Formats: sequence, C-alpha cells, structure tokens
Amino acid sequence: MSSRENILNVVKASQPDYAPLPHMDYPANKNTGEVNLQEKFAASLTAIGGKAEIVSTMQDARDYIQKLDKGKRSVTTVPMLNDLLEPISSGLTPAQSLQDVDYAVIEAGIAVAENGAVWVTEEGLGIRVLPFICQHLIAIIRVENIVPDMHQAYEMIGGRQYGFATFIAGPSKTADIEQSLVLGAHGPRSMTVLIIMA
Amino acid sequence: MKVGLFIPCYVDQFYPGAAIATMQLLEKLGVEVVYPKNQTCCGQPMANSGFEHLTGGCNSLFITNFSEFDYIVAPSGSCVLHIREHLHDDANPQLASEVASKVYELTSFLVDVLKVKDLSARFPHRVGMHQSCHGQRGLHLSQMSELVAPEFSKPGYLLNMVKDIELIPLSRVDECCGFGGTFCVAEEAVSVKMGKDRVADHLQHGAEYITGVDMSCLMHMEGILHRQQSKVKVIHIAEILNGQAEL
Amino acid sequence: MMMKTEAEHAELAQDFNKDEERVNWHDETLWWLRQKRDRIAHQIPEWEQLRETASTIKGNVLSNLSAYLTQFEEKAIANGVTVHWAADGAEHNNIVLEILKSHGVTRMVKSKSMLTEECHLNEFLEQQGLEVIDSDLGERIVQLAKEAPSHIVLPCIHKKKEEIGELFHQYLGTPEGNADPQFLTETARQHLREVFLTRKAALTGVNFAIAETGEFVVCTNEGNADMGAHLADVHIASMGIEKIIPERKHLGVFLRLLTRSATGQPITTYSSHFMKPNPGKEMHIVIVDNGRSVQLGRADFRNSLKCIRCGACMNTCPVYRRSGGHSYHTAIAGPIGSILAPNLDMKEYADLPFASTLCGSCSNVCPVKIDIHTQLYKWRQMIVQNGYTTTTKKTGMKIMNTVLSSPGAYRLGGKAGRAVLKYAPFMVNNKLNPWYKQRDMPNPPKESFGEWYSKNKGEGKDKA
Repeated sequence: MSSRENILNVVKASQPDYAPLPHMDYPANKNTGEVNLQEKFAASLTAIGGKAEIVSTMQDARDYIQKLDKGKRSVTTVPMLNDLLEPISSGLTPAQSLQDVDYAVIEAGIAVAENGAVWVTEEGLGIRVLPFICQHLIAIIRVENIVPDMHQAYEMIGGRQYGFATFIAGPSKTADIEQSLVLGAHGPRSMTVLIIMA
Repeated sequence: MKVGLFIPCYVDQFYPGAAIATMQLLEKLGVEVVYPKNQTCCGQPMANSGFEHLTGGCNSLFITNFSEFDYIVAPSGSCVLHIREHLHDDANPQLASEVASKVYELTSFLVDVLKVKDLSARFPHRVGMHQSCHGQRGLHLSQMSELVAPEFSKPGYLLNMVKDIELIPLSRVDECCGFGGTFCVAEEAVSVKMGKDRVADHLQHGAEYITGVDMSCLMHMEGILHRQQSKVKVIHIAEILNGQAEL
Repeated sequence: MMMKTEAEHAELAQDFNKDEERVNWHDETLWWLRQKRDRIAHQIPEWEQLRETASTIKGNVLSNLSAYLTQFEEKAIANGVTVHWAADGAEHNNIVLEILKSHGVTRMVKSKSMLTEECHLNEFLEQQGLEVIDSDLGERIVQLAKEAPSHIVLPCIHKKKEEIGELFHQYLGTPEGNADPQFLTETARQHLREVFLTRKAALTGVNFAIAETGEFVVCTNEGNADMGAHLADVHIASMGIEKIIPERKHLGVFLRLLTRSATGQPITTYSSHFMKPNPGKEMHIVIVDNGRSVQLGRADFRNSLKCIRCGACMNTCPVYRRSGGHSYHTAIAGPIGSILAPNLDMKEYADLPFASTLCGSCSNVCPVKIDIHTQLYKWRQMIVQNGYTTTTKKTGMKIMNTVLSSPGAYRLGGKAGRAVLKYAPFMVNNKLNPWYKQRDMPNPPKESFGEWYSKNKGEGKDKA
C-alpha cells in the first residue's frame, strides 16, 4: 500500500464525527457609506509603512508617475502607461531579467481598507516575480474597488481561476533583528498606492 | 442556608487567619457556617502532577464531608476550580456532580449568591490585587486581558466597598505568579523568576499589601518578599473584606 | 544543528535563567508582541466571533479530512501540480531529494517551513552533499549560527543584535562591531538576492491549502518565498495534512486572524496564492503525515491540529518568555509544542506538559480556540499512566495520597510539618529544599485552622 493510501486510511479511521461548517454571517461589515473607505485604506497603508496618494483622475496618476525620479529602469503592466514606462508582457523570459528594475507600476483589482492590502493576479502582473523583484512598487486602484475587509475581498474574487495571485500590503519588511522594523527586506523598499477617484 | 466551609490544606496548616476571616465574614453576612473537621485536601496537587487516578480517596472524603450543605464555600480559586472540573465518584456520579456544582470560591459566592452590596470594612492602605489564574481564567472571577470583552471583576467589586482602600494599577494586570503547584519546585528557576517579576510590578506601583483569592500565589510571593526583606505584606482578600486593619 | 538533547525543560530553563538581564530582555520583547496583538485585536469588535468561526471551520476540517485531502489533491493535479504523499519526515526528505536530483539541482533556496524543521530536511540534504540556504532573515541567522529556530514566527528572537552583527562579520564580511539592524538587513538583502537569482529550485512551506480549488497560500513579510519560488524552475511546497481549509472564502477569516495574533500586524506583507505552475516550470506539493493522523485519533488531543502556527501562545506564555524556545528541545516549542510533541515521542517529550503553571493564557489568545491548557493537563495524566515518570515522584505521590485520604494522618502530618518549621527549621531551610533556594518558607502558625476551630467553636461535625 502506498503512503497515500495508508495516510488516507488512517485519517478516515481517526477523524471524529462530522461537524458542520459554521454559518458565516460575513461579510459582517458591509460598507454603509458611513466609513470613508479611501481614507481608511490610506490610514491602514500608512500605518504599515506604505504611501497612499488620492488623485482625481488617471491623468493625475500619469502626472504623478511622470514627475517621480524613477531611477534607471521603470516598467509597467498598465497599458495606459506604456508611453511613459517600459511595458512588460507575460512573454518576457527569463524572470531574472527583471532584476535591475527600479520602479514597477501595476494595477490592482481590489484594495482592502482594514489592512492596506491590494490584490493582484498574474494577469495584471505579467511576470509573477515583478512586484517582488523591483526596488519600488506603485499600484493603481480605482476607488470603487476598495472594500472594507477581507470577507468582502474574497466575495469580489469569487471563484476566479488564476495561476498565481497575491495580496500585497505595503513595502517588504522584517523585524527579525531585535524587533527593529526595517523596510525593504527582500521585496520592494517602498510601496505607493495611487487611488483614482474618478 | 447552610454553608460548608472548605479550607484548602495549606491554608488550614499555614494561614489559618484567612480561614478564620472567611468564616467570620460569612457569619457577619448572616450565613450559617459549618466546618467539617474531617476534610483534608481537594486532591489538586496529585491531579496536576499527572496522578489524578490517585485522587479517589480525596474525592470520597470530600463528598462525604460536604454533600449535606446547600453551598460549599472556599477561600481559594484553584481548589474550587479543581473540584468543579474533576470531582467524581464512579460509584455515585450524580452525587459527585451535584456536590461539585455547589462549590463556590468566596468572592463569587458573595457577589453571585449573597449579592453583597456593601461591607463595613476599612483598610487604609495601598493594595495590589493579584489575579490568580485559576480563579480568573477558570472560574471567571474577573475578565481576562486576552479577550476582547467587557471588563468586570468580582474581587475588585468587593474591594471597592472597603473604606479608605487604595487599589494600585499594575503593568501586567493578570500575568501568572509562577506558583503552579509542584511547578514551584520542579521548575524552581522559572517559578521564582515569575514570582519576582509579579512582586516587582506591585512594588513599582507602590503596594503596601498584595492580596488575592488564592493563598498559594500569595505564599509564593511572600516567600520572595521575605527573602528580599521587603516590608510589603501579603494578605488574603477574606481578611481585608472581614475588616482586618492590621495583621 | 541537532535540537534533541537528553536534558529536560527544567534543567535547560534553569540555565537560561542564569543571566537575569537577558531573561528580562527576552521576556519584555515577547510581552511587547502580546501587547501589540491585544491592541489590534481590540480594533475588531467581532474578534471573539472570528475566533469561534475559525475554530468551527477547523473542526469541520478535522471531521472530514480524508475527503478534503482527496479533493485538494484532485484539484491540484488538474491545475498541473504534482502531488506527493509522505508518511513521515524521512519519506518527505527523500521525496524532496528525488525531485532535486531529477533536475540536477545541487543548491536550493528555502523559505520558512516549520514542517521541514520537524523533518530535519536541511541536515539530510547537506549530508547528501546538497546546499540549502534559508532565505527568511531570522532563519538565515540561526542557520549561520548552526542553531535551530527558537520561535516558529521569530526564529532568532533569542539573539541580540550584537551577536547577529558578529555572525554577519564572520560569514558575510560585514565590518566588525556593526550591529545596526538597517545595515545588517541590507547586507542580507544583497547576499540573498544573489541566491534567489541563481537557484533553480525553491522550497516553501504552506500556510493554508484550499480543498475547493487546489491552491495554497504562503504568507511572508519579507517576500522571500515569492522571490525564491518565482525565480526557480522547480517550486516544492511542503505541507502537513492539517493545513487544509475547505473553501477559498474561509481565507477571509484566517488571514484576518493570523498575523494579528502573531505580531499585531493587520496582515503579512505578502499573502501569495499559488494555483498553477508557471508555464514551462514545475510545482510540487508534498503532503506530510508525520504523526498527525495518530494525533487525529486522540479525542483529547486532536484539536491541537487546528493550529495555524501563529505563535501567539508562545508570546503570551510566562514560562516560554522566561525559558526560551530552545529549552523545549523540539522543533515547535511553547504551549502548542508541548501538546504536539508528546504524540511524536512520549518518552522524549514527557517533560514538556509539565513546563507550565496551567495559567490558561495560551488558550485565550489562540485564534482557533485550541484548549491548550486543558490538553496540557490531560497529557500529564497520559504520561504518568504510560509510566514516563520517575519512581521518586510515583512514591511521593502515593505517600501524599495515603496522607490526604486519611483525616487523622493529614492532621498529624500537618502538625509535624509545622513543628519542624518551628523547632528545627534547618531541616528544611537548606540546599536540599528547592523552595528555599530563593524563597523563605512560610512562618508556622501556632495552630492550624482545624485546631483553632475545635478550641473556639467545638461543634465541628465529625464525619468519617
């Protein structure tokens, strides 16, 4: 008998009587409009070492990006920015070739106000390693895609299929050395989210 | 209402003052109190050491001594918790369960059963309240700092009825003192370090007395205080509530 | 890097306590994490409801685990992932070795996986002539120090920055005496970046495995799991059978609880959902039992398998904070470790359930409401019943039982004890009495309460 069979047999024989799943009254925190979600998101992101900029339109976002000192190599997976930055497409191999990217600008599908996280899928990243290997990350989110909490986020994600997806909450960090917080562990040293109101 | 007085073995032998105060306090509140002379120990020291299977003798004695009373009251959280959770008798499980359900720690008896609203006690001193773990987390004598839940404290409620008492704040409101039964000698180094830290918290906040519902915790802290030649004293909450101004 | 020793917790803890200032530092650091956890938990009014929900979900998982495991495997395979099963640590290690050998890989980068600590994977691969580099900063530090991690979330919490600076000076060429966390982290960033860019195989742990979709989630603050996995050709993910959760939406519950409980952060920087291998690359999952199915069969202890490895129990445990993870001489230390380890080897870990005062704080902070302190008590009974206790203790307890079961013997014993303390204190106030080492004995009163009552009340009821 293979280990697989063995394990499954013992598990089946050992598991207790069926206990049902709980009734989940989530999302419990439906946004009643009382909470200003973009402000709550901005506060959460700032608290975890990220930066939030609320801009009126996509044009304002373009202006913001244009004005930035973006180092030697800046890339994007946002089609509307292809004239400003180097476009990245999924056909690019190998992933190691992105090691010298200074700024990467991506578009996020969802932003979560309770913790400052944004959700991106492989589709939006082009190359999976992009938001980790760059030195600085910028994510663009539309205000209507900001949800109060993780339950609402997963409701929006639904049963979508992807090869890879991730929640990114602020810049990479560690506190492994005597609990001193250092930003920029292995991933980006900074993370900015541009919230587009229009 | 007839109450059987259940006195922990180490209180009986080393801190009779706490037992006397418990009895006098209950009598002052109009309760008929009887002390069954043949009680010994609840069995917790053996059970917590992994020898619960040896506690049959203690269990039988307890049931024999206490089954006749309406309530059984003890000046101890941990002994009461042990009885509540572990008293059993294979020969008569129903009786054991009934007896266990009638056992109360002193402050919860005063608050939940007697519904005491005031006390004629005076204790003009700075007092630190030590939250003994079994009473707090086991019997829910007061809210636990880990939980996101409303605050309350039965011992605190009673202490606030005592005139001129000043309750001091603590940095860590409900950290364990480190007594833990046989832990106090089996893991002596950690036990003492925990006790020293608890004592230091009280001293830093200016306590003259440290009180609580469990004499075991207080005995452990007293041992440390005496070794440090500190003037700070321990006193069981029963003695404060009973109106002992000095010891 | 051997973790197992002959010494028991009490002895190791005593050693740890020789340096009181260091104990204070260790204790205060972990207590601060407990405070951060409290602060952020109080920002969520429905926190206790969340815990209850998470506990119930995990209860459902344990009751239906075989079905969920096969569902997970089916979905993962359909996603193009290769699924392996390992009965124990040795089999897990061999599976990993075979995958690496089949790709001609001799150097692997690893992100944090306590499961691989349990399996002693690094040691095994190194014995086979392979190189494994741990990419989590804390793990890299203990790897350089040739120690095991002392905490499941904060691997080098026991190390001072000066010690880390010294390690980096020795192995990574940093200037002697430099203990600046910013500088040291930047050094590690550069050193490990080179590792990420060149390794063809990466191994990660798994925080949650979703039966509904076959995907799994890996949570890090540093981004090291992603750097390793996305740059390698082969990604191996090791998971215990209990990492399963039923549906993707349940992640909402667990991701809200995990990091708040662990470090007081609202979420880890990265919560990466791996579903399919990168086109042209390989993804492997190794599902490991290693004693978990046995624990599942223990009615008193199976709830320990709900654990999501947050470490909150360690941060709150007054004993762990004052004895350090290494004094538990097992991969997973602290309260949760003390109820998991005896299942693996009751003899080796018989001391752990006794390294506790049963204060109950751990059970209160556990995001999945494991009744840790109750299980500690029950393991004590189990260990004694199975004979893993000393003759001295057994004899002592039998004597105690005899005395305490007899009112006469009890009264006599108590009187004798008080007399000794009064008239011959030197008999107990000496080095043979562990109580006396750092505490005074209580002052013997002139009479017990029982004696006082007889004298003053006289009508005590006689029943025996």
